[in-house]
Amino acid sequence: MKNQRQGISRRSFIAGVAGSSLMMGMGSLVSGCSSEQASDALAAGDLSTVFSPNIWFEINGAGEVLINIVRAEMGQHVGTSLAQIIADELGADWSKVSFKHVDTDPKWGVMVTGGSWSVHQSFTQLSQAGAAGRTLLIDAAAKILDVAPDTCTAENGVVTSGAQTVSFADIVTRGDFSRVFSEEELAAMPVKTAAQRNVIGQNLQNRDVEAKSQGDAVYGLDTELPGMAYAMPLLPPTRYGSRVVAIDDSAAKSIAGYIGAVQINDPTQTVQGCVVVAAETMPAALKAAQAVSVEWVPGPTALVTEADILAEGERLAADPEQGALFVNEGDVLAAKAQASVALSATYTTSTALHFTMEPQNALVEFDSEGRCHIHAGNQWQSLILPVLAQALEMPETDIVIHQYYLGGGYGRRLFGDQMIPAALAARSFGRPVKLIFDRASDSRFDCVRSPSVCTLEAFFDSDGALTGVDHAVVAGWPTKSMAPFFLGPGIDGKGEVDGFSVNGADHWYTLPAHRVRTMNNALAQETFLPGWLRAVGPGWVSWGVESFLDEIADQQGEDPVALRLKLLDAVGKNAGDTASTVGGAKRLAAVLKDVTRRAEWGRQMPANEGLGVAVGHGQERGMPTWVACVAHVAVDVASGEVALKKLWQTIDVGTVVNPDGAMAQAEGAALWGVSLALHEGARFNAGEVAEQNLDRYTPLRMRDVPELDISFVDSQEFPSGLGEPPLIPVAPAIGNAVFAATGQRVRRLPIRLA
Amino acid sequence: MVDFLLNGEVVSATSEADTPLLWVLREELKLRGTKFGCGIAQCGACTVHIDGRPMRSCVTPVSAVAGRSVTTIEGLATPVGEALKTAWTEVQVPQCGYCQSGQIMQAAGLLESNPTPSDEEIVASMNGNLCRCMAYPRIKKAIKTAANGGALS
Repeated sequence: MKNQRQGISRRSFIAGVAGSSLMMGMGSLVSGCSSEQASDALAAGDLSTVFSPNIWFEINGAGEVLINIVRAEMGQHVGTSLAQIIADELGADWSKVSFKHVDTDPKWGVMVTGGSWSVHQSFTQLSQAGAAGRTLLIDAAAKILDVAPDTCTAENGVVTSGAQTVSFADIVTRGDFSRVFSEEELAAMPVKTAAQRNVIGQNLQNRDVEAKSQGDAVYGLDTELPGMAYAMPLLPPTRYGSRVVAIDDSAAKSIAGYIGAVQINDPTQTVQGCVVVAAETMPAALKAAQAVSVEWVPGPTALVTEADILAEGERLAADPEQGALFVNEGDVLAAKAQASVALSATYTTSTALHFTMEPQNALVEFDSEGRCHIHAGNQWQSLILPVLAQALEMPETDIVIHQYYLGGGYGRRLFGDQMIPAALAARSFGRPVKLIFDRASDSRFDCVRSPSVCTLEAFFDSDGALTGVDHAVVAGWPTKSMAPFFLGPGIDGKGEVDGFSVNGADHWYTLPAHRVRTMNNALAQETFLPGWLRAVGPGWVSWGVESFLDEIADQQGEDPVALRLKLLDAVGKNAGDTASTVGGAKRLAAVLKDVTRRAEWGRQMPANEGLGVAVGHGQERGMPTWVACVAHVAVDVASGEVALKKLWQTIDVGTVVNPDGAMAQAEGAALWGVSLALHEGARFNAGEVAEQNLDRYTPLRMRDVPELDISFVDSQEFPSGLGEPPLIPVAPAIGNAVFAATGQRVRRLPIRLA
Repeated sequence: MVDFLLNGEVVSATSEADTPLLWVLREELKLRGTKFGCGIAQCGACTVHIDGRPMRSCVTPVSAVAGRSVTTIEGLATPVGEALKTAWTEVQVPQCGYCQSGQIMQAAGLLESNPTPSDEEIVASMNGNLCRCMAYPRIKKAIKTAANGGALS
C-alpha cells in the first residue's frame, strides 16, 4: 500500500466530455503531472497514466448518472450509501442514478473495503466531488439560460433559475466542460449543510436488495468461463511448513473427466503444501478430491492446541519484560508499588471462524496476451495484487481481479490468498481453472480470529481510590503476516505494535495512570494465519476492558454505570479534538445514559436474571463510533445455559446516510456480538481448527435471536463507521449480566458456565 | 440420465446418478440461484422444493428426483413465492444475500403449508437456515409481511 501511495500527490477534480457523456473524476494527480497535462490526457480519453481516481462518475445525454464504486458489496449496501452522498451534492434525480462495482485497474489507486471505513473515509471526497459536479453543471446551465450562476440551483436532475429550467440531460448535450479543480478549489467547494441535504438521510431502497431477493445476484462462485476446469484444494496438516512427499492419484484415474493433480509451488510461501485436483465437471472434481491421496511431512506446529496458544499468551502477558507500549500515562508502576489493594483478572477469547457462507473460490484465466484474469469477490484487491504478481512472477499491471458480490466478507475477503493456488493451477493445467473450497477446506484455510489474552490489573490507595490500571494484550496479529507495512513501534519508539490488534485499549475513560503493553503471540502466528475478523482488536480488547470495569465497580461497591459515567469526564485527551472525535467521551456518556434509561437500569430483576452494561467506541481514537449496550440474561443455574432475552443499544455514528441500511448493519453486528459471546468458538487441535463445519461450529440461529432495541442518536456530526462497532460491547454486556444474575464472573469467550 | 420436472419443464440430467442435485442444478443446468454453503444439509443455502417441499439439494442425489418436480428460486412463481420475494425486497432483508435463495425457498414451504404461522412456527421452520449476516429479524418480519398479504406492518 505504501508503495502505491508513493508518487501520488495532489487531489484534483477533473471533468470533460467523452463520447456523449460528461465524465467526472475525483482523485489524485500523479506526482509531477500538471493540470494542463491532466486536461490533455482527459481530451485524449486516457487518464489512467496521470490520474488515480477514488471516484469516477458520468452523466450521459439522457441525464443518467453512472457512478463507479471502488468498494466491495458484501452486505453493507455500500454502493447505495456512497451514491447517495454524490447524488445529494450533485442535485441528481435519484431514479436516474446507478452504479457499478469496478474491477481492479491501477487508475483506481488503493482498493480496500474494511474497517467500517467506507462512508467515513469517502464522505468528504464524495461530497466535494458531487459539489464540484454541481458547480460545473450550474456554470454550463447559466450560459445556456443566459443568467448568472449564483441565481441557479440544482435539484432532482434539473437546474433552475427563476422560472427557467434546464435538465442535466440538456446541459450535458449542450455544455462545454473541460475543467480541472485544484485541491484548494475543492476544499472551497460549497458543500451542503445538513439542513440542505435531501438524499442523505433518506431511507432509499438499497440497489442490491432486489437481485438478492430473486436469486439473481452473481457471486464469485457463480461465474463460469468456456473450457474451464473445476478444481478443489487438498490442504496440508499445518498452514506452514508442511511438505508434499507423494501424490497418489491412481484411484482418481478411473473417474470420468479427471484431469490431474498438481502441487502448488507458491514463490511467496503464502500458500504452502497445497495440492490442487482438477476435473472436467464439478461432480468429478468432488470425487477426485476424495480419491487423490497426498502424503505430507507435517510442519512444526502439527501438535499445537488451543490451550497451548492461550498458555503462551498468558505467559507473555504475565512477563513484565515483554511487549511494546501502546499507552503509558501517569506512573502505573508507582501506583502498583504504592497500592494498598490490587485487583487482577485475565480474559481470553477462543479462535473464531469467519465462516462466510460463500466458501472461498476463484476462477482464473490467462488470456491470449498472457494477462491474468481472476474472478472472485474481494475486499482488499490492493493487498493481494502485489502478492499475486510475485507468486505468478508477472507484472501486477497484467493481473485483473474482476469484482462480484461477496457472499460474506466480515474481514475474510480482505485477503485473497485462495487466488494464488487457483492462478498457479490455471497456469499449470493450461486452461481456465475454477478453484472451489469445500466447507472443511474453507475452515482449515481460514485466516481465523486469533485466540487472545488480556490481563488487567487495577490499583487502589489506602482510601480505596483507583490509582491506575495496567493492561497487557496478546494475540496473533493479522497485520504482521499480511500487511506488515502497518506495523509500527511502541509509543516510546521501541518494539513492535499492531495497532489493529490492540485497538480499543486506548479507550475514552480518564484514569489516574494507565499503561497498555501489547505483544504478538508467536505460537499463534506460526500455527495459523491470523485474520481480521469483524471488529478485529476491539472484539477482544473491549471484552477485557469492559468486563474488568465491572469488576472494579464491584470492588468499589459502585454501580457499573455510575463508575463509567464518572470516568467518561471528557477531560484532556478524552475531550475529542477532530471532526471525527468531536465531543469525545461526552458522546459516549450520552449514549450510555440513553441506553440505561431505556433499559430501566437499576430495576429489580427476577431470580437468576440480570442486566449488564458495556460501551464500545468503534475504532477507538481514529474513528470512534459511540455505542452503549445493555444485555438482559436469564441463567438456568442447573444447566449453566445463558439465555439472552433482550439487547438494547444506543449508537451515535454521527450523520446517518441511509437509516434503514444503518439499522441493518447495527442489527447484524450486534447479533455477531451475541454469536461470538454465546454460540461460536473453535479450538485448535493437532495444528488446525477442529470445528470445520456446522455440525461442530455453531453460529447463532434464528432461535437464538434476542429481542433487539437499537436506537440511533440524531446527529449532524461527521459520519463514522457502522459495520463493526455495534458488535464490540455485546460480549462484555452479556458477561456482566451473567455476573449480575449469578454472582459468577465469566472471563472467557464463548461464555460457558458449566 | 435422470429425467425430472425443473421449474415446470422436463429436463434430462446427464450427471451420474449419485451427483448431488445442487451441482446438477448449478453446473449442468446453469441455475445458480441455488447456493452451496456447507455440503452437509446444515445451512440451508441449497434449499429447493421437491414436489413442493423444501429439501436440501446438497445431500439429495439427482437420482432421487427422477420423475419428480423440482422448483428453484428462479422458478418460484407461486403467489406465495411472489409475495415473499416482494416482502424480502420491501423489508430489505438481504445483506450479503448469499443465503437468501434458500431462506425464501424454506419460507415458501412454510407458508404453503401454514399461511399464517406464529412466531414460534416461523422459528421452528427457519432455524435450520443459517444467515451469516444475521439478518434473522428481517427474515422473520418479511415472512410475516408476506403472510399478511404484503402489507408492511
